[in-house]
Amino acid sequence: MYLTQEEEKTLEGEYGQSLQKAIEILVALGDIYGADQLIPVKSAQIAGVSYKTIGDAGLEWISDLEGKVKIPSILNPAGMDITRWNEMGIDPFFAKKQHEIIEAYAKLGIQTKCTCTPYYLEGFDVKLDDHIAWSESSAVSYANSVIGARTNREGGPSALAAALVGKTANYGYHLDEMRVPVIAVEVDCELSGSDYGALGYVVGKTVGSRVPMFYMKTEPSKDEMKSLGAAMAASGAVALYHIEGVTPEAIRNKFARPDEIIPVERRQIDEVYETNREIQSTEIITVGCPHCSPAELERIAQLVDGKKLQKEMWVCTAREVAEKYPDLVAKIEKSGAKIVCDTCMVVSPATNKYASMTVNSGKALAYVPSMCKVAAKYASIEDCIKEAGVVDEN
Amino acid sequence: MMRINCRTIARGVAEGEVLLTRDPISFLGNVDPHTGIVVEPQHELYGQSICGKVLVFPYGKGSTVGSYVIYQLFKNNVAPAAMINLESEPIVAVGAIISGIPLVDRLENDPFELLKSGDRIIVNSTGSFVEINKDQS
Repeated sequence: MYLTQEEEKTLEGEYGQSLQKAIEILVALGDIYGADQLIPVKSAQIAGVSYKTIGDAGLEWISDLEGKVKIPSILNPAGMDITRWNEMGIDPFFAKKQHEIIEAYAKLGIQTKCTCTPYYLEGFDVKLDDHIAWSESSAVSYANSVIGARTNREGGPSALAAALVGKTANYGYHLDEMRVPVIAVEVDCELSGSDYGALGYVVGKTVGSRVPMFYMKTEPSKDEMKSLGAAMAASGAVALYHIEGVTPEAIRNKFARPDEIIPVERRQIDEVYETNREIQSTEIITVGCPHCSPAELERIAQLVDGKKLQKEMWVCTAREVAEKYPDLVAKIEKSGAKIVCDTCMVVSPATNKYASMTVNSGKALAYVPSMCKVAAKYASIEDCIKEAGVVDEN
Repeated sequence: MMRINCRTIARGVAEGEVLLTRDPISFLGNVDPHTGIVVEPQHELYGQSICGKVLVFPYGKGSTVGSYVIYQLFKNNVAPAAMINLESEPIVAVGAIISGIPLVDRLENDPFELLKSGDRIIVNSTGSFVEINKDQS
């Protein structure tokens, strides 16, 4: 791999050990994947935040690093709401460790905003063809597919290395040839809302880590594409997809129709809604996987306006988004639902205590049973709120 | 001495006794970060310590948290002295780099033909070669 003089000096340790380790990581990954050079990236999103996932091992490494990041950098969701962890029933020991992890990242100049939707935050509004180094699988999918930016699915250390150096190795989804669709998904029915998450849940397993091109009868909104991509990245390992006539690269590049075809019928989508149908009533309802957009918060606020919910319901979103829309937050919380920031139903240990959960996310449906040991049912946002037990306040 | 060329993944130089397995390793779950002992009953190295060894295995697998487990082994002074892979992947590569453990792959001769557990070898990753004392085999 070609390195500039400056990069060589960094690799020789002239700028300290942390930066040396960081560039060594980038060069090693570049060598493994056959990169020709390092390229600048506009922003980084760093995985490895929840104490539930990285434990003491990760905390030790981050604490030992020195220096400051060179590009705008934020974090993946943490294991708890940073301010309201006590209300969530988080153990104080876990909370102490979680705070230590976040402080260790803050010391490196990383903005301690923990979200899977960086694209809603100021300073992270990436554009078509921008190179970035993001980690969280749904954010990677959204950036690559819906925005047309370019990122591999970075691991925690490689994203942190990219943040410290301001560059990443030029391989994988940074290259034009890796972004060409190789499998067609033909959807023969009309879809809306949570149907898209169900679609992603269904096809992700078959698509695996390949790049699919969707041919659809309906045109999804950005929020619907967010659900589709998140689900495919969870049930499979899809980091980039295209939709004919919809996503920016599909429009610009006029890709040839791939030979291999996955047909999808309505019946397969309906089956997702039938998951665990023997469970009559679930204990908790969680939405906001990935974190809710302002439009999604507005829809929820409309649906719960003037109502009281009987069951525990979480609405997960980025703290910055919640702070920008205090009226929506107030309306939602007045119903008894909780606005949960910095975390979600999947990465927080607070959901482990429930036996059953209703979700409107294909990603949550894929992860909640294995990562939280909780049985999950799938429903539209409207049915999620019905499941929460709505009574009129008057 | 016999010198075998290889590819540098994590730089450094170390000498040690070979511990060889044809099973891939998932550091998260397979190895106890406090003792360096392989704790997965299904693994070929079950019950053995990787501490101070030149660990030879095909490649890493499993969770990316494995990188941090390698770092924990290093902090607890029970990490391998060096590692040799057929083909390194990001989990082990990143773990080796952050822990300063020399790691090489793509030896010009098949390491499973060339080496056996107990051989003393030098892994010079900085120089992209491995040195074996041929008299012993």
